[in-house]
Amino acid sequence: MASTQITPTRMELTKTKKKLVTARRGHKLLKDKRDELMRQFLDLARENMALRQKVEAGILAANKNFVIARAGMDEATLHTALMAPKQQVSLEVGKKNVMSVNIPVFDTKTRTADANDIYSYGFAFTSSDLDGAVKSLADILPDMLRLAEVEKACQLMAAEIEKTRRRVNALEHVIIPQAQETIKYITMKLDENERSSQIRLMKVKDMMLEEAHHYSERA
Amino acid sequence: MYKIAVMGDYDSIYGFAALGLDTFPVTSQEAGERLHQLAAEGYGIIYITEVLAAQLKHEIARYEGQIIPAVIEIPGVSGNTGSGVRGVKKSVEQAVGSDILFSN
Repeated sequence: MASTQITPTRMELTKTKKKLVTARRGHKLLKDKRDELMRQFLDLARENMALRQKVEAGILAANKNFVIARAGMDEATLHTALMAPKQQVSLEVGKKNVMSVNIPVFDTKTRTADANDIYSYGFAFTSSDLDGAVKSLADILPDMLRLAEVEKACQLMAAEIEKTRRRVNALEHVIIPQAQETIKYITMKLDENERSSQIRLMKVKDMMLEEAHHYSERA
Repeated sequence: MYKIAVMGDYDSIYGFAALGLDTFPVTSQEAGERLHQLAAEGYGIIYITEVLAAQLKHEIARYEGQIIPAVIEIPGVSGNTGSGVRGVKKSVEQAVGSDILFSN
């Protein structure tokens, strides 16, 4: 028991009591933080899963389209067609603070004003299948960006929730019981000292009275 | 100003070039080095094929705690291995303790 190293003084008692109050308050706050994080995380995780399924299905479909496009054209033409892209996507990264977890906010900008300006080739030598394939991939891009944002947020929040949960548990099962134990030990020790000094005083009083009045001789 | 990268085998990713994303066809030997290089060069999102990601678990784990880059798995041309979905389940498990959302 930790209380063996504790000096049972009033000073220590006051200190420990203060510590207990702080620990209780911290525990309550952290518990609230954990609950709120959890609530938001679960919403986010659901969205993450839905987006992921959508994106994966979209990419698979697009890949199929590309295979078909490739079958209709020779390799060299295809490579040439996609070699010099017209469009360039750049990314602005913002931060959002959710219960002290910084999660990213992605904002994209395309180089050309028209975001649909994605066909980097003339239409003469390429098959229309390629147009369809590129279009199907372009359609899935906004969802892919949102997926990146949500999935990253999920990872960061999961880590934070785990950390917070550990803290809550440490406070609940270690720090608070320990403080209570210490308070109990000190109180008992102080009470014991109080009683023993009381008895000592009574004894001394008895002895002094005895000396003055000699009760035992009269009896 | 950040950029978006796509990593994987050439067949899986060449289409993304048309959309304006930077594609990096890599073999599995140089992939780890390339990933760190891209992360250092200011790529905010790195899409990586599931097949390649499976070989780079250790390297990718390094970026999990950082806001950027976000390393996101996407299925390649050879099909879906399900590791992206497993990643989502893993973070639910980490947060909740057990997978209560998608266990069935």
